[in-house]
Amino acid sequence: MNKNFLMDFPILNRHMNGQRMVYLDNSATTQKPESVVRAICGYYGGCNANPHRGVYELSVKATKIYEDTRVKVQKFINAKSPAEIIFTKNATESLNLVAYSYGLENVNAGDEILITISEHHSNLVTWQMVAKAKGATLNYIYLDDDGNLSEKDISAKLTRRTKILAVTQISNVLGLKNDIKTLAAKAHEVGAVIVADGAQSVPHIPVDVQDLDVDFLAFSAHKMLGPMGIGILYGREKILDEMKPFLSGGDMIEYVEEQNTTFAELPNKFEAGTQNVGGAAGFSAAIDYINSIGFDEIERIEKSLTDYAISELKKIPYVELYGCDSRRDNKIGIVTFNIKEVHPHDVATILDAEGVAIRAGHHCAQPLMKYLGQNSTCRASFYFYNTIDDVDRLIDAIKKVRGVMKLA
Amino acid sequence: MLEDIYTELIAEHSHATENRRQLPNATIKERGHNPSCGDDITLQLEISDGVIKDAAFTGQGCAISQASTDMMIELLRGKKIDDAKKLAELFIAMIKGDVTNDDELEQLDDAAALKNIANMPARVKCATLAWHTFNQCVMDN
Repeated sequence: MNKNFLMDFPILNRHMNGQRMVYLDNSATTQKPESVVRAICGYYGGCNANPHRGVYELSVKATKIYEDTRVKVQKFINAKSPAEIIFTKNATESLNLVAYSYGLENVNAGDEILITISEHHSNLVTWQMVAKAKGATLNYIYLDDDGNLSEKDISAKLTRRTKILAVTQISNVLGLKNDIKTLAAKAHEVGAVIVADGAQSVPHIPVDVQDLDVDFLAFSAHKMLGPMGIGILYGREKILDEMKPFLSGGDMIEYVEEQNTTFAELPNKFEAGTQNVGGAAGFSAAIDYINSIGFDEIERIEKSLTDYAISELKKIPYVELYGCDSRRDNKIGIVTFNIKEVHPHDVATILDAEGVAIRAGHHCAQPLMKYLGQNSTCRASFYFYNTIDDVDRLIDAIKKVRGVMKLA
Repeated sequence: MLEDIYTELIAEHSHATENRRQLPNATIKERGHNPSCGDDITLQLEISDGVIKDAAFTGQGCAISQASTDMMIELLRGKKIDDAKKLAELFIAMIKGDVTNDDELEQLDDAAALKNIANMPARVKCATLAWHTFNQCVMDN
């Protein structure tokens, strides 16, 4: 492991079941560097006050931390204006905000919503909800045999009837990057808006919302070194402006009378109640850390780990891989697999005993599991602080599984 | 630790096929499911005169859930419902770590081999799935 990373992430030095922990569940949540932990402690230890309310110095400080983070996020994804950056709890809440405030208002009976079979439940159940409530049809883009979205489905199903195209930029199971820019252009051609789930992409690749020309983008801080409990909805200003508020309460209003209220301008219109300023402080430090490494380096490290893991796993005859044979150069640090005749939960327990943390289950993507013909799978997911040694530990542990299960 | 869990006995029960079938004269069918990991079984019981005449299951899941289901069926077949309920209660108490006395756990036959799951919180629901499903079946009996 790069010495600097190990120094910056003390948790990666901890032991799990008697061995140095190998943390390979980064798609679920990443670890946090010291600078992020310190920023959160620093906020609560020295700057805590309710933002946007007080005129006293401390409240002004808290407001500055919160609003400076908004600008930092704006620059990070190259949004036009800070008004387009809405703080939420996480990507799931961001997608719900779009579903409730945009979806329920703009989708009508007979309309169609188009999503993909590889969506996380957060970008799937939300649209089921809208479709059911409005009598609309929910259609799916299925996959080609290499795991990529079927071009045939995109052409056939993205039509004038489509009001919303909701699609993940990177599948949290297959680790394949979708061409959001092309999809956005196609969606706009038929008059649909495009909602991109960036939970797995924004932490790993440069994302430029103006270049992609997306209408909405959702992501979470905790998958990119930041704390849990804070996330982002990017929305095109013109669209956000026309939307009704999602949650009502303090700080999202302009004037409140007994029977009527006018709402605050963007972005406050969508940020009801006291916000997660401590989370914003941590998120800001997380973005600084990512910027200090740079996406060139992040992508280089993750690609080398992914390529190595796949090539080693392919040497093991009883390992089945999913999404690892893309015909495009679009595989990102997620390796999903099964060991023949062993349930993923048993695999994860055996790997845990070897100090290797992976995810086993349906990864909040049950329709995709069904589509793949699996009930569940194992998933190893990398971040830049992982090393070739971590991959070797994973492979060594995998080779022990069938023996423990008396199958060897 | 792993050796205490993935024993020969559990491996045998997880692969056993005799109890994995449809029951032609089933009087109760109940599906049990762990949504977070995908363990999914359907337990079938043939009950008459307050006795479990036969039991079987279909479905799939991890080795622990499948072995536990198989062991439970072996244990409960031929038992009176009231006795079976007490055994299910004992099994769940064992997995919670509330009952640790081996003499007492002997009544569970092979299922007592799952005792060490009490030390693995992440796998408790795998071990208890079949037993909770059984409780659902006989709730009204």
